[in-house]
Amino acid sequence: MKKLRTRNHKVVLNRSKGGDGAITVMLAIMGFFMVLPLVYTISQSLKPLTELFIFPPRFLPIKPTLVNFKNLFYLMNFSWVPFSRYIFNTVFITVAGVFGNLLLASLAAYAIAKIEFPGRNFCFQVIQKSLMIGAAIGGEITYIIIAKAHLMDTYWALLLPAIAGPTGLYLMKQFMDTNVTTAILESARLDGAKEFRIFWSIAMPMVKPAWLTLIMTSFQGYWQMGSSTYIYSEQLKTINYAIGQITSVGVTRQGVAAAGTVFIMIVPIIIFIVSQSNIIETMGSSGMKD
Amino acid sequence: MANKKEKVVSRKEMTMAQWTLHQMNVNKIGYIMIAPFMLLFLVFTIVPVVLSLVVSLTNFNMIEWPDFVFMQNYATLFLDDELFITALKNTLIFAVIVGPIGYVMSFVVAWFINELAPSIRAIVTLVFYAPSISGNVYIVWTTLFSGDSKGWLNGWLMQLNIIDAPVQWLTTADYIMPICIMVALWGSLGMGFLSNIAGLQGVDRSLYEAGAIDGVTNRWQEVWYITLPSMKPQLMFAAVMSITGAFNFGGIVTALCGSTPTDYVGYTVAHHMSEYGSVRWEMGYAAALSFLMFLLVFGVNIIINKLLAKVGQ
Repeated sequence: MKKLRTRNHKVVLNRSKGGDGAITVMLAIMGFFMVLPLVYTISQSLKPLTELFIFPPRFLPIKPTLVNFKNLFYLMNFSWVPFSRYIFNTVFITVAGVFGNLLLASLAAYAIAKIEFPGRNFCFQVIQKSLMIGAAIGGEITYIIIAKAHLMDTYWALLLPAIAGPTGLYLMKQFMDTNVTTAILESARLDGAKEFRIFWSIAMPMVKPAWLTLIMTSFQGYWQMGSSTYIYSEQLKTINYAIGQITSVGVTRQGVAAAGTVFIMIVPIIIFIVSQSNIIETMGSSGMKD
Repeated sequence: MANKKEKVVSRKEMTMAQWTLHQMNVNKIGYIMIAPFMLLFLVFTIVPVVLSLVVSLTNFNMIEWPDFVFMQNYATLFLDDELFITALKNTLIFAVIVGPIGYVMSFVVAWFINELAPSIRAIVTLVFYAPSISGNVYIVWTTLFSGDSKGWLNGWLMQLNIIDAPVQWLTTADYIMPICIMVALWGSLGMGFLSNIAGLQGVDRSLYEAGAIDGVTNRWQEVWYITLPSMKPQLMFAAVMSITGAFNFGGIVTALCGSTPTDYVGYTVAHHMSEYGSVRWEMGYAAALSFLMFLLVFGVNIIINKLLAKVGQ
């Protein structure tokens, strides 16, 4: 064990100080440009209305204020449907959608990657190829299907098509290929473990980085869902739609609009940071693989 | 399932059909696990796409009952639609530049972040993913390139006396492509990038130790001989994401320059598709367009697959 540690130490020494410095500098320069829109959106939301239209334009606020957020929350009181209803819709769709997508995609990905049933390759090829078809295709036919199935104006119309999206499955399958060692599954099978149990207690923990990534991206998609052609009842509409309605009045609501964008963005950002931190933590614990 | 040895022995005595049936029976749990996904996938993805293929052979316009015109839509595309040729040319230019550069970025940035101290990685990842998570990303670019003197770029250049009148950045044909390509690259760190970040965590660390013994002396060798070959599935995932994104390029042009930019510079197949699909309602023609694009993406994907097989050699 002691020997191994010296080797481990040597691996770390494979990093030159110059290389570390170059990487840090490059990331810092690129990162500056990458983070600009995020900073700009937050900065806009903190500007009083008078500062939004000054010339020459300024990036950062002179006198930061929370008045836009106050106005946003004030305006929320006057929505036709109680604002809490919009929040409930978004939270419900997001939670159901994220977990539905994760469960279906992971189960199917595990089956394709680790169970040798005839036809698995064909299924995978079809799913992978479907990713390459532009999103625009078949939209009118999906609409007809949803209408004929009497799913119009229900949560199902938003949930069902997205839950079985090919991206999540493809992601999970790729990680099942690299991270899950078949030998461990075989020995569990020899011990008589049921396949669902192996999936849940052996395979899923090994692909934790993948499902955290999937939760994150899927969450973002559902959370930021705006109006949809499938929904026409006001009671079923989302928070993103509702804030859009409040802020699409014109120049006078520009500050509120910026506050609304920040308000919607904040939850995905928290989810992002939490899951990214967990992805990085797993590295320490997944060192022992064989 | 329980006894592998027995299975292998008995295979010799079975015909192909018997063997397949046997495998289906032994692994029936696989079908149960895949069923919920496949059912929804079939109804909401496969059926619409297959029906679209049929639609592409008709003159369906959402009002009249469609007639079969067979290959006529495809023939019109190449022989009688100059705008399609322009759109195809623009899409290819975008795809050839944005696809590969964006793809390489999605790995290199992920790898660089992985070289940082673990405590700051999550925040740095957020910084680089910011273009994909901020609600209204393009507003910062439209303000920067705005055509009046209140646009930041015009404002700065005028203060510095480099120009004396505002430049119409987003409506001048010469600037549209470079600006859109730049913005596209800036926003190209999406799901492929996140998958690479996650994939880097899964590389078996004992391989690095073994590598150090076998004479890997720096991080560049390590990434080429150990990291990249262990991440081929993730690299493939990111490649499919990049290619699909690059060939469906159009949203950024619309956000910055409108859906019909000056002289159709920056007008892509995605614009052409939505023009026929949701403005003119010529669904047959729009469907033919999307299948042509699918074949193109599919072809490129095969090439990428071959190239990825060479990684680490």
